Amino acid sequence: MFDFLHVLHLHDATVRSVLFGSLLIGATGGVLGSFAVLRRRSLMGDALAHAALPGVALAFLWTGSKSLPVLISGATCTGVLGVLLIQFITTRTRIKADAAIGIVLTVFFGIGIVLLTHIQRSLVGNQAGLDKFLFGQAASMVEDDVRVMSVMSLLIIVVVLLLYKEFKALIFDPKFLQSLGYSLQRVDLALMGLIVLTVMVGLQAVGVVLIAAMLITPAVAARFWTERLHVMVVLAAFIGGLSGASGTFLSAQAPRVPTGPVMVLVATGLFVLSGLLAPRRGLLARWRRQRSNVLRERRHHLLRALVVLQERSDNATRFRVDELVQELGWERRRVAGEARRLRRLHLVDCRDGHVQATAQGLAEGTFVVKSHRLWEHYLVYRDILSADHVDRPADEVEHLLTPDILERLEEILQRDHGIDTERVVDIHGSGSQYRPAGRERNEVGT
Amino acid sequence: MTDAGWIILTGVLAATSCALLGTFLVLRKMSLLGDALSHAVLPGIAIAFFLSDSRAILPMFIGAAAFGLLTTLLVEAFHRRWAVPEDASIGIVFTALFALGVVLISVYAGQVDLDQECVLYGEIAYTPFDTLLWDNQEYGPRPVWILSGVLIFNLLFVGLLYKELTLASFDPGLSLSVGVSATLIHYLLMGAVSITTVASFESVGAILVVAMLIVPGASAYLWSDRLPRILGLAVIFGAVSAVVGYYLAGLWNSSIAGAIVVVLGVIFGVSVLVAPRQGLLAKLLQRGRLSIQVAQDHILLGMVRQVETGADQTWRLRDALGLASVHPWMARQAMRLLRRKGLVALEADATVDLTADGRRQGLQLLRGHRLWETYLNQLGLPQDHVHGPADAVEHYLDQSLRQEIGGLVADVGLDPQGKRIPDDSQNH
Repeated sequence: MFDFLHVLHLHDATVRSVLFGSLLIGATGGVLGSFAVLRRRSLMGDALAHAALPGVALAFLWTGSKSLPVLISGATCTGVLGVLLIQFITTRTRIKADAAIGIVLTVFFGIGIVLLTHIQRSLVGNQAGLDKFLFGQAASMVEDDVRVMSVMSLLIIVVVLLLYKEFKALIFDPKFLQSLGYSLQRVDLALMGLIVLTVMVGLQAVGVVLIAAMLITPAVAARFWTERLHVMVVLAAFIGGLSGASGTFLSAQAPRVPTGPVMVLVATGLFVLSGLLAPRRGLLARWRRQRSNVLRERRHHLLRALVVLQERSDNATRFRVDELVQELGWERRRVAGEARRLRRLHLVDCRDGHVQATAQGLAEGTFVVKSHRLWEHYLVYRDILSADHVDRPADEVEHLLTPDILERLEEILQRDHGIDTERVVDIHGSGSQYRPAGRERNEVGT
Repeated sequence: MTDAGWIILTGVLAATSCALLGTFLVLRKMSLLGDALSHAVLPGIAIAFFLSDSRAILPMFIGAAAFGLLTTLLVEAFHRRWAVPEDASIGIVFTALFALGVVLISVYAGQVDLDQECVLYGEIAYTPFDTLLWDNQEYGPRPVWILSGVLIFNLLFVGLLYKELTLASFDPGLSLSVGVSATLIHYLLMGAVSITTVASFESVGAILVVAMLIVPGASAYLWSDRLPRILGLAVIFGAVSAVVGYYLAGLWNSSIAGAIVVVLGVIFGVSVLVAPRQGLLAKLLQRGRLSIQVAQDHILLGMVRQVETGADQTWRLRDALGLASVHPWMARQAMRLLRRKGLVALEADATVDLTADGRRQGLQLLRGHRLWETYLNQLGLPQDHVHGPADAVEHYLDQSLRQEIGGLVADVGLDPQGKRIPDDSQNH
């Protein structure tokens, strides 16, 4: 399938340094991306990268050199110019930020394309390799390039560590940062500067068109797993590094395929996986929560039905499935299935077509019934809803009340409204202590 | 028609089709979604290429529309369901789909007539060779036919849905209340953008088409507030850029699509500078005019204040100019205007003097200034804090405002510093 052996030659210095380089790019992108995404600057990186293209071409035209530091310097100049122009357009004209980003991004890219095609068509020979900057070609990195990138990455990471607190405050509480005497603009500028550097580090391997993804995608993926910034930053670095290294690895299998898109696809895959699998925020976790809510509701309903039937039938305890079907309004199959499930939980006993609650099941059922009824009473006596509107809300709430809330509810109803909470029954039924006429209710109340 | 003619025609058709729809993207603040869309249709195009094994236009439209819709849906879903910030959501979706497209194209490169260059900057230069054959007869370049169709479609789209588009763009709430679903319009617009992108894709590539979408509309938006005019200007800008871009590309020996975009950038830059009212120059001019007006007021006020003290009434020109406390050039302009209005007279020995009119107007300014001071003082501002605000506001108090404030402040006749407030000369 793949020529694994060819690439697995990790003792080959070139392969090793290329892999290490793309790992670094991914990791640095993840770190800075975390701040960029949280600061709502996701697409700045995109504009910045596109704006870097004419810089690469100009640097080559002027110096005739293709060494990475020269090209990166050129790229940085036009990239920063692009970002400044975006700011200028949004503050000085009526054009909004989205259009300003789009305009600068495409016009700079257009200039870059004009220069690049001009170079390709007019200068013969030495020009090959510049177009690697479009979609990225990690394999074109030489050891010197990797050394330059390592130094820059290290610099970026160190500055991030030094300014970590400031960046954190900038994202979550800019007012607090200001109150400490920092200038928001300066901290923002520092962050933008680091984003610029990060984009430049990745330019050669990922390409100007897609490097934005190396800022955005790993960071958003990491966000699913945690609520804490430092964890997110580390995770994003990990995801970014993994995407970078494995993207390079995979694209090396098919030399025609540029590296950038493959890295982006790997990162996107990790993003989707995170969105599905992450605990709490992930889709599966949310489905599981929903499912467990549904199951809890069914359990409560069945146990409640058993308690109610028992009340109604003078303390009979075993009921036929048919009776439950009638009481619950469920299909027979579901009643039987639910009963089997509850038997496994030791909440009911099932014997020859009859269902009986265990002591444990009875306790839970009684609790649910009581929750329902006390909540109904509370809503009515506190004049929140009238008696014929309380059943639905109580249906919702009965699954959510905890023992201490219930205790408190009992206390209030006993003290303020004189209700005997031990003998409380359905507010609509006969034997209820509640009388709808206003006068009597006042008497109860006082 | 010559080859150049066909290429220019193709460029004009693509640019105008894009400009027409792009204007609405800009006005609806959805430029970036347009950007995302034009990137994200790439895999649709690629897949259509492989499946149909040709450049048949229908599969391409279907593929692109499908991926356009997918983009819009995914951006929405990530944003709403997964709580991803909207810009990040756009960023993830379009980079992922674009990456997919590039990988597909490079994996199958050589098997089909589609490569990375085409993705980046199109093949408008080859337009004349791509002729439409029908019954063994040549009917001109295929892209021209396709783009003409798209242009007509877009004209119909905007023409028929003009009211709905306008309403949904500017007031989604009202639009919903009169039965126009803003969401439906949104998806229709996105569909139209996808189709236009695909049609233009072959000529200008997936990235540069974004410029054709956004830049003409944004430039036109600086020139006018009226939608029909904005649309018209956007279309003109698009067409001009295509024509000029073609010749520049020849001059520079570069990609035509890139050159078209550079021209668009120049058009935008020029618009930012010289557009009436919204342009930087217009704003600068307006500010200059205001400063000169203020300088005139200050000269009159300074001279009138001296009259009040009863001191020598003639001013050396240089001192009088100094009263304006602005750049000397501005002060001279102010003085020139004052003389032309007959408010000051320049004597032969380089001294200036207030005319009767000038004196009257100066007194009215002073009246405004002192009335405002009194008014602020009576509102509770301490008397040593009232001069600054009054200095700022004196230029804007006209006759009727002065009268109103005169009625508001208790008739003391003196300002907080105890100086006399000049009478309202208009009543004499």
